[in-house]
Amino acid sequence: MSVIELNQVSRWYGNVVAVNDVSMTVGPGVTGLLGPNGAGKSTLLHLMAGFLSPSGGTATLDGRPIWRNHEIYRTIGLVPEREGVYGFLTGWQFVQSAARLHGLPDDAAERALDLVEMAPAKDRRIETYSKGMRQRVKVAGALVHDPQVLLLDEPFNGMDPRQRLHLMDLVKKLGAAGRTILFSSHILEEVERVAQQIEVLVAGRHAASGDYREIRRRMTDRPHQFRVRSSDDRRLAAALIADPSSGGVSLTAQGLEVRTEDFRRFTRLLPRLARDLNVHLWQVSPTDEDLESVFSYLSGRS
Amino acid sequence: MNSVVASITYRAMLGRKRVWLLALLPVALIAIAVLLRLIGAGHESTTVTLMETFAIGAILPLLGLIAGTGVIAPEIEDGTIIHLLSKPIPRHRIMVTKFAVAASLMVVFAGVPTFLAGYLMIGTEANVAAGFALGAAIGGIAYAAVFLLVGVLTKHAVVVGIIYALVWEGAIGGYVPGARKLSIQQWARTLADQVTTSPALKPDVALSFALPAIVIVTVVAVIWAGQRLRGLSLTGDE
Repeated sequence: MSVIELNQVSRWYGNVVAVNDVSMTVGPGVTGLLGPNGAGKSTLLHLMAGFLSPSGGTATLDGRPIWRNHEIYRTIGLVPEREGVYGFLTGWQFVQSAARLHGLPDDAAERALDLVEMAPAKDRRIETYSKGMRQRVKVAGALVHDPQVLLLDEPFNGMDPRQRLHLMDLVKKLGAAGRTILFSSHILEEVERVAQQIEVLVAGRHAASGDYREIRRRMTDRPHQFRVRSSDDRRLAAALIADPSSGGVSLTAQGLEVRTEDFRRFTRLLPRLARDLNVHLWQVSPTDEDLESVFSYLSGRS
Repeated sequence: MNSVVASITYRAMLGRKRVWLLALLPVALIAIAVLLRLIGAGHESTTVTLMETFAIGAILPLLGLIAGTGVIAPEIEDGTIIHLLSKPIPRHRIMVTKFAVAASLMVVFAGVPTFLAGYLMIGTEANVAAGFALGAAIGGIAYAAVFLLVGVLTKHAVVVGIIYALVWEGAIGGYVPGARKLSIQQWARTLADQVTTSPALKPDVALSFALPAIVIVTVVAVIWAGQRLRGLSLTGDE
């Protein structure tokens, strides 16, 4: 059982702050690091993996400092996001070299390749691999020493659905076996499916933390904006504003702009009102459903 | 030293077309030597001039640049170095291995061709070939060490290396006599002079300075590069 602990970690490049005063503890099980692109996920992961020094605060693995400590790699396996793998090696040579760099025999490499189902293609050069295959071979390279901690940067990017499911399964299994696993992603569904614990990072700040139900709830329990077009916008607006779940209704040329404080209540209210008033609904569309606005809402609250 | 690191580095340097980057200049040197011999210009003094200006003066720093930066800089640039750095191996050991690979390449691609070129022109006369081969090998190793360090210090290793070779060793060394003392090229000439008896070679730097200088520069560069690798920051694509 291994634990990575970040204590008020910050990292800046020149006067650009990439990670801002983040404290978190990553323990056994699967943790998802969720955030939009450019939120500092990679920076945070590199801080955990010993490839960046914290500008402030401390990053430790089981109490030992991570930075400038090559011994941590006995415990940590790292799958970087960049495609940086030696293209001139075959998959087998790549994973075998990883095993040998750990001082392990070749069976460790074989086992790791089997784990990611790359044994059939292992004798081809990596430069001939698809992005998903490269990803899997990198995962195999990170797993040769059966590490207690596995860090993966956007691991599901570029994989086809079958490969993605397979890797998700593998990650879940390793997490269930008591390994400490952290992976980054900008896709909520991906994180929800695999991670028990979710850490949300927005603009370098630690915006939210919890299990997926908690994160889901916080993401839906926020004011939502809808655009509604109907056969009689004015009547509908009057009825909507009478209900306590409406935060504001405005009449525009494109239809109604409705802001609601209670998402669930609103989704039941609107069809009922339409039926009762005999108003036809032509269009109901959320205007702020994209992940960016969800994230910015979360970061604004914390 | 680590054999896995060494074998990956050799493959990166010698694989497929990349070996030509290293082989091109030595092949040119040998071709010129053969040509001079064929047109009857194979005298001792011509040989020394060719060795001084072309073998040690031009090829050596360029090969040192290719080998020294080549063993590590591209890997840092494209992130493949993570494969080696994310293993429980002391980073200075990775660096020493990289240096050893670069040094061996310099012996093979600078030392040996220099000897061949000299030998093709005048055989073993006055030990010119052996002397310059020694100078090229040892000087080349020092160049490799320095450019290895440059490759870890800056992303613009090749530009910095070319400026160093042209401006410092070429121009300033030519006009400012004091600067010549601090030039790997001059130290290599001094070493060559220890073996060859040819009066055509007149080194500017005494052995008592050149030998310690070349050792210190090489050792310091490798240690410094190892230190830099320990504190190497890699960022993602963000």
